[in-house]
Amino acid sequence: MKKLSEGVLRGDRRSIARAITLIESGGADAESLMRDLYPKTGRAHVIGITGSPGSGKSTLVDKLISEYTKHGKRCGVIAVDPSSPFSGGAILADRIRMQGHAENPNVFIRSMGSRGALGGISTGTKDTAMILDASGCDVVLIETVGVGQSEIDIIRIADTVCLVLVPGMGDDIQAMKAGIMEIADVFAVNKSDLHGSGKVVAEIRMALDLSRARDWFPPIVQTVAETGVGISELVSAFTTHNEYLNKSEAGKTKRREKIIYDVESILLKKISSFIESSWSDLRTDDILQALENRDIDPYAVSETILATYFPQLGRGIER
Amino acid sequence: MKDRKIRVIVAKPGLDGHDRGAKVIARAFRDAGMEVIYTGLRQTPEQIVETAIQEDADAIGVSILSGAHEFYFARIIELLREKKSDDVLVFGGGVIPDSDVPKLHSLGVSAVFGPGTPTGECVSWLQATVQKKREEEQGESIPS
Repeated sequence: MKKLSEGVLRGDRRSIARAITLIESGGADAESLMRDLYPKTGRAHVIGITGSPGSGKSTLVDKLISEYTKHGKRCGVIAVDPSSPFSGGAILADRIRMQGHAENPNVFIRSMGSRGALGGISTGTKDTAMILDASGCDVVLIETVGVGQSEIDIIRIADTVCLVLVPGMGDDIQAMKAGIMEIADVFAVNKSDLHGSGKVVAEIRMALDLSRARDWFPPIVQTVAETGVGISELVSAFTTHNEYLNKSEAGKTKRREKIIYDVESILLKKISSFIESSWSDLRTDDILQALENRDIDPYAVSETILATYFPQLGRGIER
Repeated sequence: MKDRKIRVIVAKPGLDGHDRGAKVIARAFRDAGMEVIYTGLRQTPEQIVETAIQEDADAIGVSILSGAHEFYFARIIELLREKKSDDVLVFGGGVIPDSDVPKLHSLGVSAVFGPGTPTGECVSWLQATVQKKREEEQGESIPS
């Protein structure tokens, strides 16, 4: 693993690609790789691009890459597309819009299947962003699956979340709804050359005016990704947000929350796989039959298992 | 690695815009549980090879109906060698005369599937070949 992590830190493209495969495939080596890389992370500005299918996220990302690389920045891109709930396969096609950057040595693009995760990203996305960060990217752009109203896992990973909206997606009540509208640090109203884009901007502004007072007021940028209109404004909105995070109390709180969540999710993952395997070891046909006969109940069974491995939890069920 | 999926690039090199075959085969691979990275039309060999490296693909499937198959396959394989990535399988399909197939094999193309090949045949070939390749790699110690 040492060799692989050294390759990643050197920015070697094959090593980066293999490291990501290792993370996606899971296992003990994946953990040791991430431990090697962790001290070298935390430098890149991680930006999440989310929005409904067909809103122009990939085209927007393509133009963002051009803008960042024009200013000498190294760009990592993670493009997540949905995996089939039936076969587990996927068509990963966000790259089509970004192939003009395929040969740029300062750009690394990786497609990922969501692999059963429902929050708009996959379980490996966070670690992949960290690999790209450690490899020397200044900016990591994460394009989520095309989302609806409530897939918001991107806020656990990204420093800055950009919600892409387009005209013609519903009335002003949509903009007032809870969920995805609340997570944006920056709004991009894409396809702004279409009729109704001014109305979208007005609706977002109204929804924001009604929300609780805060010291970061999400900017609304009108873009036409296809032609590049508004892209440099969008990048400067991202940069302003990053500066705000770096100097404000709110930014510090956000960083802390993420770290707390990171440890928590590693713990949860380990405990849940431990519990899964102990339950499969402990269950006998007798127990299952007794459950089926309603002689015992599932709460009692789980209590017994917990008491075996976590004595401090086995205090009996409160009835 | 516990759960390693097969990742395959489906690419259309050059100016030939007939992508129905590429889309059909991409869909078949998807339904067989693979992750298909679809590059879209008009790709250069350089773009295809770079994509395969960044995506850590097991294989590149190339669809060519223009007659320029010999040039594109040769160039893709040459680039893979240059970039020390010739462990990536290269296979293809499209309108390729039978008489050209031996030449393509000698260049390093692992398989050529002509018109009318049942998609299931391509799928089982790819599954078996990737499986074999991974077992061989495992034997040589984990590549890193």
